[in-house]
Amino acid sequence: MCTYMTEQFAVSGSGKNAGGAWFGVSDAMVYFDHPVHAPVEHSLNIDFLNPSMGPGARVALELDARSARALAEAILTMLREAPQAAP
Amino acid sequence: MYDAVLAESVNLVGHGGDVIEAYTARPMAPGPYGGVVVIHHMPGYDWATKEIVRRFAVNGYNAVCPNLHFREAPGASPDDAAAASRAAGGVPDDRLVGDVGGAMHWLRRLPSANGKVGTIGYCSGGRQSFLAACRLPLDAAVVCYGAFIVGAPPEGLGLRVGPVIDLAGGIGCPLLGLFGADDQHPSPEQVAAIDERLTELGKEHELHVFEGAGHSFFSVDRPAYRPDAAAKGWDLIWQFLGRALGA
Repeated sequence: MCTYMTEQFAVSGSGKNAGGAWFGVSDAMVYFDHPVHAPVEHSLNIDFLNPSMGPGARVALELDARSARALAEAILTMLREAPQAAP
Repeated sequence: MYDAVLAESVNLVGHGGDVIEAYTARPMAPGPYGGVVVIHHMPGYDWATKEIVRRFAVNGYNAVCPNLHFREAPGASPDDAAAASRAAGGVPDDRLVGDVGGAMHWLRRLPSANGKVGTIGYCSGGRQSFLAACRLPLDAAVVCYGAFIVGAPPEGLGLRVGPVIDLAGGIGCPLLGLFGADDQHPSPEQVAAIDERLTELGKEHELHVFEGAGHSFFSVDRPAYRPDAAAKGWDLIWQFLGRALGA
């Protein structure tokens, strides 16, 4: 199915594009839908974007659901344990 | 038999008079041929869709696929363009109708056209093929596992997509629907609801649900590919279009 569901939010940071150049990212999307490349029917997809630099300013990830959960937990663990990451 | 085909990128006039990119494949003979507008899936105007376009030409149809994500990302790779389209909220229904309508007119104006044009769409394009049949003067429409023809995505997280079954009174052409029994979007119950509504309205249609297949069973490059269902589905497509778009 096409889930059509998409979470979108503003972010601040940097990403490295397919050409190897770093750029500032301003937007992120998270969605569970058909992947372009990952060998699964549906994947948890994450796009980091900078729309002001055009559609190619994008860092993309397609993870199976288990990997995506592991990633989310690892991120939260790291942010919880690292004192420098306090909000 | 002379069997050459020509495949190329072209520009056509879409919704609002916008010039958009499209990919066409056509038999290189005088015809006359029926035309098919191929509506790509949500991952975009990709190589797999272009292969489908060429398949129609090899089978004796003028085919064209408008790039529905062109406005958000002209010249971008299909996956970047699909992401840009998603970030912008998806393809609006009115714009879809305008772009498919532009492709329909483009096909009808070809010197080798017989005047008849149908649509085929996969996945999100399946819903859009149904929508196009409701709002455009088509001669045939094929819907491949289109979700949300009935029902709607959850509130809040969805793109701009709603059910289109209420527009079915406008359908003026025969409709072929191909679905997988293991699919949940659309589920077999939703397919039955589409069937019931089209029957109530007296619309010419045939819907097939293949056992052992789920969503996207035509996609040769995905784990969902089911060769048996896909082969039967293609046979049904050629029979249906032969009747509806034949000279």
